[in-house]
Amino acid sequence: MASSSAAGAGSTDPTAARRNNTKRPKYSKFTQQELPACKPILTPRAVISAFLLVSVVFVPIGVAALIASRKVVEIVYRYESKCIPPNVTDKVAYIQSSADKTCKFSLHVEKHMKSPIYVYYQLDNFYQNHRRYVKSRSDEQLRDPGEEDSTSACKPEDTANGKAIVPCGLIAWSLFNDTYSFSRDNHNLTVNKKGISWKSDREHKFGKNVFPKNFQNSSIKGGASLNESIPLSEQEDLIVWMRTAALPTFRKLYGKIEVDLNEGDSINVTLQNKYNTYSFNGRKKLVLSTTSWLGGKNDFLGIAYLTVGGLCFFLALAFTIVYFVKPRQLGDPTYLSWNRNPGGH
Amino acid sequence: MGGQRRKKRHFSRIHAFSCGKASFKGEHSLIGGPGFSRIVYCNEAERGEGSLVSYYGDNYVSTTKYTVATFLPKSLFEQFRRVANFYFLVCAILSFFPVSPYSSVSNVVPLVVVVAATMGKEALEDWRRKKQDIDMNNRKVKVHQGEGVFDYSKWKDLKVGDIVKVEKDEFFPADLILLSSSYDDAICYVETTNLDGETNLKVKQALEETSKLQEDSSFQNFKAIIKCEDPNANLYSFVGNLELEEQLYPLAPQQLLLRDSKLRNTEFIYGLVIFTGHDTKVMQNSTEPPSKRSTVEKRMDKIIYFLFFVLFFISFIGSIFFGIATREDLENGVMKRWYLRPDDTTIYFNPKKAPVAAMLQFLTALMLYSYLIPISLYVSIEIVKVLQSIFINQDLHMYYEETDQPAHARTSNLNEELGQVDTILSDKTGTLTCNSMEFIKCSIAGIAYGQGVTEVERALARRKGVPIFQELTEYDNVPQTSDAKSSIKGFNFMDERIMNGNWINEPHADVIQNFLRLLAVCHTAIPEVDEETGKVSYEAESPDEAAFVVAARELGFEFYERTQTTISLREFNPKSGKTAERSYKLLNILEFSSTRKRMSVIIRDEEGKLLLFSKGADSVMFERLARDGREFIEKTKQHIDEYADAGLRTLILAYRELDEEEYNLFNKEFMEAKNLVSADREQIVEEISEKIEKDLILIGATAVEDKLQNGVPECIDKLAQAGIKLWILTGDKMETAINIGFACSLLRQGMKQITISSDTPEAKSLEKVEDKSTAAAAIKASVLHQLKKGNELFAKSDEHSEALALIIDGKSLTYALEDDVKDLFLELAVGCASVICCRSSPKQKALVTRLVKIKTCSTTLAIGDGANDVGMLQEADIGIGISGVEGMQAAMSSDIAIAQFRFLERLLLVHGHWCYRRISTMICYFFYKNIAFGFTLFFYEIYASFSGQAAYNDWFLSLYNVFFTSLPVIALGVFDQDVSARLCLKFPLLYQEGVQNVLFSWKRILGWAFNGVLSATIIFFFCIKAMEDQAFRKGGEVADLEVLGATMYTCVVWVVNCQMALSISYFTYLQHLFIWGGILFWYIFLLVYGTMDPSLSTTAYKVLIEECAPAPSYWLITLLVLVASLLPYFAYASIQMRFCPMFHQMIQWIRNDGQTSDPEYVNIVRQRSIKHTTVGFTARFEASHSSGSLKSAQV
Repeated sequence: MASSSAAGAGSTDPTAARRNNTKRPKYSKFTQQELPACKPILTPRAVISAFLLVSVVFVPIGVAALIASRKVVEIVYRYESKCIPPNVTDKVAYIQSSADKTCKFSLHVEKHMKSPIYVYYQLDNFYQNHRRYVKSRSDEQLRDPGEEDSTSACKPEDTANGKAIVPCGLIAWSLFNDTYSFSRDNHNLTVNKKGISWKSDREHKFGKNVFPKNFQNSSIKGGASLNESIPLSEQEDLIVWMRTAALPTFRKLYGKIEVDLNEGDSINVTLQNKYNTYSFNGRKKLVLSTTSWLGGKNDFLGIAYLTVGGLCFFLALAFTIVYFVKPRQLGDPTYLSWNRNPGGH
Repeated sequence: MGGQRRKKRHFSRIHAFSCGKASFKGEHSLIGGPGFSRIVYCNEAERGEGSLVSYYGDNYVSTTKYTVATFLPKSLFEQFRRVANFYFLVCAILSFFPVSPYSSVSNVVPLVVVVAATMGKEALEDWRRKKQDIDMNNRKVKVHQGEGVFDYSKWKDLKVGDIVKVEKDEFFPADLILLSSSYDDAICYVETTNLDGETNLKVKQALEETSKLQEDSSFQNFKAIIKCEDPNANLYSFVGNLELEEQLYPLAPQQLLLRDSKLRNTEFIYGLVIFTGHDTKVMQNSTEPPSKRSTVEKRMDKIIYFLFFVLFFISFIGSIFFGIATREDLENGVMKRWYLRPDDTTIYFNPKKAPVAAMLQFLTALMLYSYLIPISLYVSIEIVKVLQSIFINQDLHMYYEETDQPAHARTSNLNEELGQVDTILSDKTGTLTCNSMEFIKCSIAGIAYGQGVTEVERALARRKGVPIFQELTEYDNVPQTSDAKSSIKGFNFMDERIMNGNWINEPHADVIQNFLRLLAVCHTAIPEVDEETGKVSYEAESPDEAAFVVAARELGFEFYERTQTTISLREFNPKSGKTAERSYKLLNILEFSSTRKRMSVIIRDEEGKLLLFSKGADSVMFERLARDGREFIEKTKQHIDEYADAGLRTLILAYRELDEEEYNLFNKEFMEAKNLVSADREQIVEEISEKIEKDLILIGATAVEDKLQNGVPECIDKLAQAGIKLWILTGDKMETAINIGFACSLLRQGMKQITISSDTPEAKSLEKVEDKSTAAAAIKASVLHQLKKGNELFAKSDEHSEALALIIDGKSLTYALEDDVKDLFLELAVGCASVICCRSSPKQKALVTRLVKIKTCSTTLAIGDGANDVGMLQEADIGIGISGVEGMQAAMSSDIAIAQFRFLERLLLVHGHWCYRRISTMICYFFYKNIAFGFTLFFYEIYASFSGQAAYNDWFLSLYNVFFTSLPVIALGVFDQDVSARLCLKFPLLYQEGVQNVLFSWKRILGWAFNGVLSATIIFFFCIKAMEDQAFRKGGEVADLEVLGATMYTCVVWVVNCQMALSISYFTYLQHLFIWGGILFWYIFLLVYGTMDPSLSTTAYKVLIEECAPAPSYWLITLLVLVASLLPYFAYASIQMRFCPMFHQMIQWIRNDGQTSDPEYVNIVRQRSIKHTTVGFTARFEASHSSGSLKSAQV
C-alpha cells in the first residue's frame, strides 16, 4: 500500500508529464474519500453531557408547560343523557321527533375565568375521520359559484329533487345543530360566533358569493339547516364543522364569550338538544375553557417533558457512576481483545 | 510502396502446419446441405447487389441492450419484473379507482420518478455502449472498389464478398478468408488476445492457389465463389470450399481470420469478407456474462418479503375490524353511524355486504400501508453502488503506473460482497507472479553459475534475525526491492565467471559454448531489429523462451536473424576473441507439446555437422541421455533440486551429433508423417521425433525465475490476518506450485503437507492397463484412501498442533470432485490452512470454485488473469481479473479488474469493508425509516375505524421516500466510514465483520425494525396525546386532521433524519447538508405547497404559516417527540459502545484515545487483536520462533 501511495502522491514523476492521456485518476479529496469530516463517537463525556443537556432543557420546559396547563380553567358538562326527559325510552326516536328539546341547566364557575372564554361542543365516538365521510365534500363547489354541479364526490348527498345541493356531501349534511345560550344573573352572555374559524378557510375555501341551495331537502334530514341568504364564507359554524377532526373524540369551537366569568358565578345554559348522537352512543359535552400560551388544558406535554428530562438526568447520573466506578482505562488493550469475539473460526 | 517493402521471408518451415492440407474428406461433403448453405460470390458487386447482401446483412454491429424502439417496452419490463416495483405499479393502477385512499397523481409521481431514474441510468449505460459501437463501426479499412483500386471505407459498409486489405497492426473488420499476404508463402501472424486472451501469435496461411495475389491490381479480375458453413460460435472450426476457375479447393480454419484479432508482424494481407456483423464468430460467441447478486442483496429481498408479510398482515387485521364496524352500521334497518349514510352507499362501505366491503378495504389498506415498502430502495442502492464503483475506479492507491491501469469495477452489483470474502481462489501465473521470466541461474557441466537472489531466498532472508517489530512497521516499504535492478527484461543473471566473455577461461569452455549456442538456436522466437539502434528484441511464444534468447544475447550469442532455413547468430569466438556472424541451417523443428515436454531443433552448422539440440523437463530428459552423456548428471540433478527449492523453473539442455544416414532416414519419415492426413498425425509425428531424440549428451540446466509480483507476500499476509483463506489453483506442475507456495508464505517448513497425487509410479503403471475403467477405479480408490488419511490426520490435530497444507494435482482432483468424494475432499480442504491445486484445468478450477461456493455457503472470490481463469471468475461470487500481460480475456469477464495482485488488499480491506458497511447500514436504515412512517399510518387507522383515511396529505405521503429522507441515506451509502483507510489496513481483522456478517445479521435487522416500530409508537401516541381535544394554541382553535397530520409528519421527518445523524460516524459537509437540508426542505416544501391555491394544496393550505408555526405547542411537540424517539437508540448505542463495542468501535476508541500514532501501543494491540494466523510470513516467523524455543526446551 505504501509503495503505491508513494506513487500516488508523486507529482514529480517524470513519466506523468510525458503521458498526457494517462488513465491515472485525478486526485481530489472527494474521489479519494478523504473529505475532511468530524468523526463523533459516543465517549462517556459526550454521552453524559448529551443526557445532561436534554434534562437541563426539558425540565424547565416541562415545568412551564405544566403551569400553563394548570392555569387554564375549564368547565365540562356532559349533557347527552341529562337532556333527555327521564320518561323517554327510545332516545333516537325522541331526538328525531319534532318535540321541543329545550334543556336547561346551570354551570358553576369554580375559578375566575378571564375572557375570552371559548365555548366548545365535544362529541364522542363520532368518526369525522372516516374515509367515506372525509371524502364526501366538494371543495370546488364551496369555493366557486360556477362549480355548483361538481358534486360527484358527494353521494348520496349530492342532489335532491334533481338539483345540486350546496353545500353537498355528508359533512355538510351532518352539520351539528345543538345550540347554546348562556345567561348570568338573568343577563344574557353574548356568544360571539365570529372569528371562530380559520381565516384562510373563510377567505379562500368558502366562497363569498356561494349561497346554500337546496340544502337539507333530501329524503332524510341530517343536521342543521343553513340560512340561504348568508354566503358560505360567513357561515362559520359550517366552516368549523367542515374541518374534519383527527380523532373520534373531538371538540369544535362554538363561540367566544368575551367577558370574564368570576369565581362562584352560576351560568345558566339553555340548550336545544337536536343532534342525534344516540344512534351510535356518542356523548355530547359542553365545554367552557380559557386558554394559555400553550392552548387548552392538557397536562400531557408538561408531564412528558418532565419525564423525559428526568429520565435523561437519571441516565446521566447512572452513566457517571458507572464511569467512575469502572472507568474504561485509556487504551487498555483488554477491551480490545478480539478473543472475546468469535473472530476466528 | 514497392522498393522499400520488407524482405519477404518464409517461416512456414518453423511451423508444422504447412504440410497438413485440408482435404475434401469428412465435413466438406456436408457443404450445400443444411447448416452449410452459405454461398459467397467474391468480388462481384453486381451479383451481390441483389438478394444476397440483404440476406447476409451488413457489417454493422450493435452491442446495445436496447434500440430506440425497444427501449421503452423492454426497460419497463425489466423494471416491473422486480416484485416491489410491480407492487407499486399495481398500486398506481388501483389508485385510479375509488378503493384508493389517496389521489392517483400523488401516487403515480414517485413511481414515475423512481422508474425514470433507473431507466435514465439504463439509457446512459446503453448510450455509452452505443458510442463504442459507433466508434467501432466507423473504423476504416481498405476495400476493393473494383478495377484493382483499393480505397478506405467504413467497417459498417463492408459486405459479404468484399475484398479487403488489412495492414500491419490493424484489426480485422469481419471474418475473412485469407487470400494472400506480404509473405510469398502467404502466411500471416495473428494476435488473438481479444478472443481468447492468448498473447502468443498464431500463424495462418492462405491457399497456395491464391497466394500470388500480392498486388492491388491483381484483384481486378479475380472471381471466386465460396461455399461454406453457416455462422456459428465455434472459434476453432471452419468448413468450406473455394471455387476458383472452376476448380474446388477446401478451406480450413487455417485460412480464417477472425474479427477483432490483430494482424502482427506482417505488412499486409488480402482477405475476402465471409461473415459480417453479427454473423462473425466473435459476435456469435458473445454471451451475456452471468449476472451476480450479492448475499446482502439476497437477504434484502427476504426483508422485503418480510415487510410484505407485515403489510398483508396489518391490512388483514384492519380489514376485519373495518368489516365488523361496517356491518354494525346498519342493524335491522336502523342506522348507527347515520352521518355515514349506511343506507345509501357504495359497495365499498355497504353494511349489507360487509365481507365484500372488507375485502375491498383490504386493497385500500394494502395501498395505504405501501409506505412500509421502500419504493426508492432499489434506485437508491443503485445510485450508491455506482458512486462506490467510481470511488474504486478513481482510487489512486489502486492505480498501476507501469501499465497505466487504474482499477476498474465492471459491475457495481458486488461492491458490498467484497467486504464478505471468505475464500480467495487464486490463479498463479500472472496473478501471484508477473509472468515475466528471468534467466537467473544455470548449471553447466556440473558447475552452478549465477549469483542472483530469488524472491524466495530474499523473502526468507528477510525473516532471519529481523525482529518482528521492525518488520511490521517496515514492510510497508518493502515492495520496491526488486524493481530497480533488472535493467534488461528477462535477464537477472550475474556471474563474473561467464559474463563478458570470461567463460572461455572456465574448465569446460566447450560445454559452455554449446550451452549458449543451444540457447540461441533451439527456440521458435522471431527477432525484431530496431532499425535505428540496431538492437534486437524478440517475439516469442512463451516468456521462458524469450528469457533464453535474451540470456544468450547477453552472454555473447546474439540471435539476430531468422530466415526460412537459417538462423543467424553473432557469436563470440574464443579462438579469435572476436564476434563473428555465423549462420546455421535449420533443418527441422520438433515442436514442444505438453505431452512431450521438450522441444528440439536439427541444424547443420557451418562446418557441415548435423546437430540435434534439445531442451526439456528433467523428467523426460534424463531418461534420454546417452550412456556416455551422463558425465555431469549427479551434479546437475543436485543443482536442479536446489533451484526448484528456490522457486525456479528448470529445464535440462542436451545435444547430440547426428550422422547423415540417420538423419536422412529420419527426415524422410518425418516429412511423410507431417504430410499425412489423418487424425493421429500428431501422434505419428511424435513417435518419429522420439526416435531421434535419444542418446543425448547432457550439457546443463537452466533456472528461470517466475517472479512474484510486487507486494504479493505482504498482501497475502494481510489477507491471512484478515481471516481470509487463500487457495491456489494453477495449471503449473506440482513442484513449481509448491515453490510459489513457499515464496508467498502459504507453505512453510513447519507445516504438515498432505500431498495427494496420481503422478505416482503405481498410478502410472495402472494407467498402462488396457481397461481404462478399472484403472480409473483404482486411481479413484487411491485418491479416496489418501483423502481419508488426510482427514484422519486432520481429526487428530488440535488447535495447537502444526498447520496442515493440502496439495492436490489435477488428475486426483478429477476424482476428488466426483459426487461421492467431494464432501470428503472439501472437509479436508477447508480444514487446511493452505490449499494448492496444481495441474488443474480451467474446468476444474471452475468446479472447485463452485464446490467451495455451494458447500461452504461462504463468499468466494476468484482472481486470475488468463483465458483459462474465465470459468473460475464467472463461477465465483466475485471474479477479479488482473488486467495485464496475458491479455484482456479475464479482465473482460471479471466483475472487477485490477492491475496487480497486491491491490486486492486495499480492494477488500478498505473498499470492501466500507461498501459492505455502507450498504448494510443503509438497508437497515431504509427499513427503519419506512417502518417508522408506515406504522404511524397504521396506528392512525385504529382511531379512524380502519376506514383507510390517511393521516397525512397525499403529497406528504408520496414525497416521503423520494424527497425528505432519500438524500441522507444516499450520503450514508456513499461516504460513511467507520474508520479510515489507514486503520482498516492496520487492523485487518476488522474485515471479519463482513465475513461473519455482523452488520447485516437478522438480529441487527430486526433490531432496526423494532426501533422503527418504537419510533412510530412514540411519534404517534405522543402527538395525539399532546393534541387531544383541547385547544392547541392561544386562539382557542382545536387541532384538526390537517394540523395533526402536519405535526406528526414534521416529527417523523425530524426523527428519521436525526436518527441518521446519530448512526453515522463520518460527518462531512455533505452529510450536514443532506441531513439538515432534508429537514429544512420539509419546512420549505410545506411553506411553498401551503401557499399554492387551495385546489392544489387541499388540506395543506397555509397549514404551516397560519396554523402550526404560530403555535408554541407545535414546536414543543416536535422537540419532545424527537428527543423521546431517539432516546432509546441513543441509550442503547452508548451502552453498547461502552460495554461491548464491535470491532470497528474498538478501533474508534483507539483512534479517539489518540493512540494510533503511538507505534508501540498499536503494536501491542495488534499483537492481541491479530487473529492467530497459520499462513503468511507473520505466521512463518512466529512458527520458526516457537519451534526454535520448543527445540531448545526439549534439549
